[in-house]
Amino acid sequence: MPELLQFLLSGITVGAVYALVALGFTIIYNASDVVNFAQGEFVMLGGMITFFAHAAGVPLPLAALIAIIATAAVGVVLNKLAIEPARGAPVVSLIIITIGASIFIRGATQLVFDKQIHRFPAFSGDQPILIGGATILPQSLWVIAGALAVFFCLWLFFTRTLIGRAVLATANNRVAAQLVGINTNYVMTLSFAMSAAIGAFAGVLVTPITLTSYDVGLALALKGFAAAMLGGMGNPKGALVGGLLLGILEAMTAGYISSQYKDAAAFIIILAVLFAMPQGLFGRKSTDRV
Amino acid sequence: MKFSATTALAGSLALVLGFAAPAFADIKIGATISETGPASFLGDPEAKTLKMLVEEINAAGGVNGEKLELIIYDDGGDPNKARTFATRLVEDDEVVALIGGTTTGTSMAIIPVLEDAEVPFISLAGAVEIIDPVKPFVFKTPHTDRMACAKIFEDMKKNGITKIGLISGSDGFGASMRKQCLAIIGEYGIEVLADETYGPTDADMTPQLTNIKGKDGVQAVLNPGFGQGPAIVTRNYAQLAVGLPLYQSHGVASDGFIELAGAQAAEGVKLPGTALLVAGLLPENDPQRAVVVAYKEAYEKATGKPVSTFGGYAHDAFRILVDAIKRAGSAEPSAIRDAIEGTSGLVGTTGTVTMSATDHLGLDLSAFRMLKIEDGGWKIVE
Repeated sequence: MPELLQFLLSGITVGAVYALVALGFTIIYNASDVVNFAQGEFVMLGGMITFFAHAAGVPLPLAALIAIIATAAVGVVLNKLAIEPARGAPVVSLIIITIGASIFIRGATQLVFDKQIHRFPAFSGDQPILIGGATILPQSLWVIAGALAVFFCLWLFFTRTLIGRAVLATANNRVAAQLVGINTNYVMTLSFAMSAAIGAFAGVLVTPITLTSYDVGLALALKGFAAAMLGGMGNPKGALVGGLLLGILEAMTAGYISSQYKDAAAFIIILAVLFAMPQGLFGRKSTDRV
Repeated sequence: MKFSATTALAGSLALVLGFAAPAFADIKIGATISETGPASFLGDPEAKTLKMLVEEINAAGGVNGEKLELIIYDDGGDPNKARTFATRLVEDDEVVALIGGTTTGTSMAIIPVLEDAEVPFISLAGAVEIIDPVKPFVFKTPHTDRMACAKIFEDMKKNGITKIGLISGSDGFGASMRKQCLAIIGEYGIEVLADETYGPTDADMTPQLTNIKGKDGVQAVLNPGFGQGPAIVTRNYAQLAVGLPLYQSHGVASDGFIELAGAQAAEGVKLPGTALLVAGLLPENDPQRAVVVAYKEAYEKATGKPVSTFGGYAHDAFRILVDAIKRAGSAEPSAIRDAIEGTSGLVGTTGTVTMSATDHLGLDLSAFRMLKIEDGGWKIVE
């Protein structure tokens, strides 16, 4: 069954991209209950800045590092200028602010860089790897490994570190968190920086496969959001599994049913899952004590 | 000595007069272009080309002794905005002609406004419906997608290919070209065995290509598409080692495509393109050579960016318009319209344009060149 294997590998490749975007969502969501729709723009910035730094003669690893740091800075600025001043606003307003920010970042990128599609070389060549009659590109392995690594780091961060727990505490109850001595402003800034850095990291990994241009963010954010919802918003494990599931679903639909129904099939299944389990596959029921 | 002083005096007098009587003597040309938004990839070089050419013409003394004034709006690819700007250009700015409509959507929105106002309009979009049926005031410069299909099928027929797989983008361009190709494919005795699609933002097309590869009897694959999709299709095609000839559309006819797909993956890909793409490869006696080389050099000098087919569409529209105003000897919209319809043998970047009352495009299949990618560069087949 080389076809089945090929569909599976294709699904995992695309799914790992979605998972990386979904993982970025989890941090800001965990800190503030806000779904940051500028997450796709972070991915785009990671790819675009790396491309332009690389084109200017900077070696690829250094260019990637510059992109991640610069994007993290954009994340911090977004928090300082747009989210923090609106503190106390309902979550929906904050989400709308992030949508506005994503439109702004897209426009600014058009002006600062350009409107063309770009790509930089894959990290370890373009020679496909043969697995049982199917093929996968080495860059896909980088993306999958990246998604796993980010997942593992986040899991450690949220469960094993004090600051990670402080992030969760801030999300749960800002006032209570402040009362026990957590600097919630710092936690928010850190969340935005981390989330942006993860987005940019994803952009660096996926650009050799998916290509990048100033407007790729929106589609990525939507698919990443769907993946995060499927897995359970705010849960790194949910983001990873949701992303991979979504990718595989799409590939199987395209392969066995029809490529025209690919997106529709994925969303129908997500709706079905959310109907049965509104908190997603791995989400916890909220257990706020009053 | 005396002679040159007189010339200088006459020159400066002309200069003073030129400055003294500016506004009412200018010929106003309108444009609504998608400089930003999803079609900015096309609109950006178009706008830059128009601005560059207007400067060029004005520096050389204008048309019929009058300067051109370009009024350009950015519709962001939004048909509603394009319509609003077209109305503003006609009613407030009082332009004598309008160039633009980067996409088929914006062009179709502009058409009724210009038809009502009886102002000539030269569209830069691909779809055949813009000029078919013929509308008195509407013209266009790019080849239609139907022509691209015909050019590709001719090449397939020549190579004995009768059974193909189709993988098209589900965006406007891909969907329209797929439809046009399917409409005329029967005339060439070619059969479609597999018909797959992909979304414009998809990152992986290996499932669809695996299905095409698995179909018995497929001899070649055709990919009508535009933007990043075809580059990813080309990369996946190489990854899966499909091993059949791959045809792309004129939607990817740019150097950027080779770069995005990678020279290795793009090796052997065939597509119909314009002379502009292979300016340096054209034989010395090719009628288009001088035109495309001049445009390419001027554009690359002015913008520092590589020239694109889309900028070439704007170049041709502008040349057709200027030629018409010159021949009409007047800047009356209806006189310009008649003159555009009478365009004959005008050499542009996309081909040699000869219009008539029944043909508002004026190009034939010979305007397309069948190109092949070899060693990361273009080669003319035929």
